[in-house]
Amino acid sequence: MSAPPSATPIAAAPETLRADVIVVGGGLVGASAAFFLRRRGLSVILLERGLVGQQASGTNFGNVRRQGRALAQLPLAARARDIWGQLPELLGEDAEFLDSGHLRVCYSEAQAEDFARYAIDAQPYGLKLEVMGAAELRRRYGLFGPEVLAGSLSAVDGHANPRLAGPAFGRGARRAGATVLEHTEVLRVEREGGDFLVHTQTHPAGDEGPRCRAPQLLVSTGAWGNRIAAAFGEPVPIVAHGPQMGVTEPLPYAIGPAIGVTTKNVAEGMYFRQVKRGNIVFGGGPKGPAYADRLRAYVEPANTLNQLQQLRRLAPALGGLQLIRTWSGIEGYLQDSKPVLGPSGKVDGLYYAFGFCGEGFAIGPGIGDSMAELIATGQTSTPYPDSHIGRFAAPAESAAA
Amino acid sequence: MAAPRLIVIGAGPAGVRAAEALVQAGLRPTVIDEGRRDGGQIYRRQPENFSRPYAQLYGSEAAKAQALHHAFDTLKPRLDYRPETLAWSISGGALHVIRDGRAQALPYDALLICSGATDRLLPLPGWNRAGCYSLGAAQIALKAQACAIGHRVAFVGTGPLLYLVASQYLKAGASLAAVIDTSPAAPAAALPGLLARPALLLRGLGLIARLRRAGVPLLRGATPLRVEGDADNGADALVVRDASGRERRFSCDAVAMGYHLRAETQLADLARCDFRFDDASRQWLPAIDEDGRASANGIYLAGDGARILGADGAEAAGRLAALAALHDLGLQPGAGRYAAEHKALRARLAKMERFRRGLALAFPWPQAQAAALPDEAVVCRCETITAGELRRCATELGGSELNRAKAFSRVGMGRCQGRYCGHAGAEIVAAACNAPVQQVGRLRGQAPVKPLPLDVEVVQ
Repeated sequence: MSAPPSATPIAAAPETLRADVIVVGGGLVGASAAFFLRRRGLSVILLERGLVGQQASGTNFGNVRRQGRALAQLPLAARARDIWGQLPELLGEDAEFLDSGHLRVCYSEAQAEDFARYAIDAQPYGLKLEVMGAAELRRRYGLFGPEVLAGSLSAVDGHANPRLAGPAFGRGARRAGATVLEHTEVLRVEREGGDFLVHTQTHPAGDEGPRCRAPQLLVSTGAWGNRIAAAFGEPVPIVAHGPQMGVTEPLPYAIGPAIGVTTKNVAEGMYFRQVKRGNIVFGGGPKGPAYADRLRAYVEPANTLNQLQQLRRLAPALGGLQLIRTWSGIEGYLQDSKPVLGPSGKVDGLYYAFGFCGEGFAIGPGIGDSMAELIATGQTSTPYPDSHIGRFAAPAESAAA
Repeated sequence: MAAPRLIVIGAGPAGVRAAEALVQAGLRPTVIDEGRRDGGQIYRRQPENFSRPYAQLYGSEAAKAQALHHAFDTLKPRLDYRPETLAWSISGGALHVIRDGRAQALPYDALLICSGATDRLLPLPGWNRAGCYSLGAAQIALKAQACAIGHRVAFVGTGPLLYLVASQYLKAGASLAAVIDTSPAAPAAALPGLLARPALLLRGLGLIARLRRAGVPLLRGATPLRVEGDADNGADALVVRDASGRERRFSCDAVAMGYHLRAETQLADLARCDFRFDDASRQWLPAIDEDGRASANGIYLAGDGARILGADGAEAAGRLAALAALHDLGLQPGAGRYAAEHKALRARLAKMERFRRGLALAFPWPQAQAAALPDEAVVCRCETITAGELRRCATELGGSELNRAKAFSRVGMGRCQGRYCGHAGAEIVAAACNAPVQQVGRLRGQAPVKPLPLDVEVVQ
């Protein structure tokens, strides 16, 4: 494909930019999609209302985890994991990705049995898991409280810094020739002669921004995904919640893997990781309030107090530390806990990738890469089972379709 | 109807006078204070087993200190007083506190935040050496523990506290290496404001004269260059460039530094109050009306945590904000008192506001010095991040907004949460991006206000 290296202005005011693909929403998914689209030779305009990687992509826990995901999603997760390991070559920076492992632990025998079963089921997908009992866990990590019964280690997963990953892909996309427009909000999208014509507004001035025109459009707008989808007749019942995050003061770096409790009891579902700097980052438990319209999400102090109690239960030695900061973000959730991925059910050239239900970071770069493949070639080698937007269409409509 | 729940945060001049107004209205307010005893920073009370007289501790302010302490002692039986208690978050109409490792949520109908101020600090190469203290900390050592921070102390910064603490050290018998003021002689424009409180102006001039008479080197319009020393012994000299451009070295074993004050605004931030950029002091302050009402419902702000008016202003603002809260809740007799007093209290505060603006002109925050910090200077002491790294994050990585610069560089991410480094960091980012400082924004306040132990126990 002989695409121009970047979007080129065409005549008449207001300025209209033209490209092969417009990506709306510069989170980790949108930024990495823009990056990988450029690598496939397509010209790209990335439109971001605020700053790249600022919302859920930048405020989440930073897990790069495969185990525990639906088996059908493992090929996509593996694709993403490969990209995480290649960040220095792709982007010239590593976003603090540590391939120090991911360890799931549990408090119940039933869950321990699930670990064993999942380890067998995941094998055909190339995911090697080591399941261990309480004694082995304690021998290896010396960290866990008496209620921890079993663990499942994925030795080559790990964690990365969410504050850095999205912006790194944004800069990478720009270096690769994408037109990355921050502070540029999409007001509306029209269809014109087989193209998408996108009207924008720039912030904070509120001036009319450039118009953008392309035959293909990717909507990767997180918790705000319904805006464009609904405008094209495909409303999605997405709701916003805020993860409740916290970080302690630093202590000498010693804990390798990211560690999480797998449980059906929401209140005890804690996870934590130690960053190289030494701080313990944690999250889990009930979500907090998030207001997509006002761009604000909050940490409920009661949630923080519950987290501290659960952290001590999980790893009593952490009780001697101090919490120095909490934060939240705006994540989009769907009732069936599955994202909206793939082509529109109604409009040619329109693609969706949003609504990751708090589990988008680890697979984000894999989504970006596979979306680029899908848009460029019409198919992807890592499909998105059960994630098509058509599942929300009214029954009569979907029957007709 | 259940008794209205009023909570005062802080037991300094503003908090005590606010609590007093509430008690006079027949209420039993809760008073939350981080300190072990009342008085706040300026009228900090010495430990019970110390016996220095008021005149020795508070000098010209002895009568005011004694009056405030006496007022609080009288109020105590009618308060739910909780000293050594940290207010660490606010959510859903409840204040979250922790005391002795026990956390509790306290619902309120009105919350009076009298959180005071701390030193406004400007990084300096070597300021992370042992022996470097803020002016406030140097004063606390003296007031609370009758200790000096060193045998020979250099004072650097600007503002009234610089001369006050230096004078107090002189009086206590410490050896002073120098008093280095970054502000040149006050411009004429500052005078009308300063004359709003002539007695205070005279007292300040008296402090300076006393330091001069004692032969302490006194420099104005100077540029601090570095604190010299080594890892084993800490600071051993303060090096500055004087107004004529000459480099001067003052041997010392401790440095006290501060550039006037910065309001402690995290609680107002957590209460979701709107903020405005204050041009006079170049800092973001919570927006309040004439009586101290914040933009968030039921939140009132008084004292240096809202506007740096000093102790007298804090006493007036504390009373006014409490009366305004009673008025808004429709509670008699407080509402009647508000009607009778608010005009006079507002007029007092207006005079002090003129003085505040005069002070800001006489002792400006040296933003150009912050912007010109050498690349190797550590800006963020908690995370050991240099000015050079912050500049790189602001420019090369696109961190031209302050929270973005923080996300990339870690400046402001450590234990102090930007309370020490935030203002200087903003100047560095603004200068590096060639933008006005108000345009780079402000660090968002995030709970906990100060570090919270993980082994906290929750009580209902």
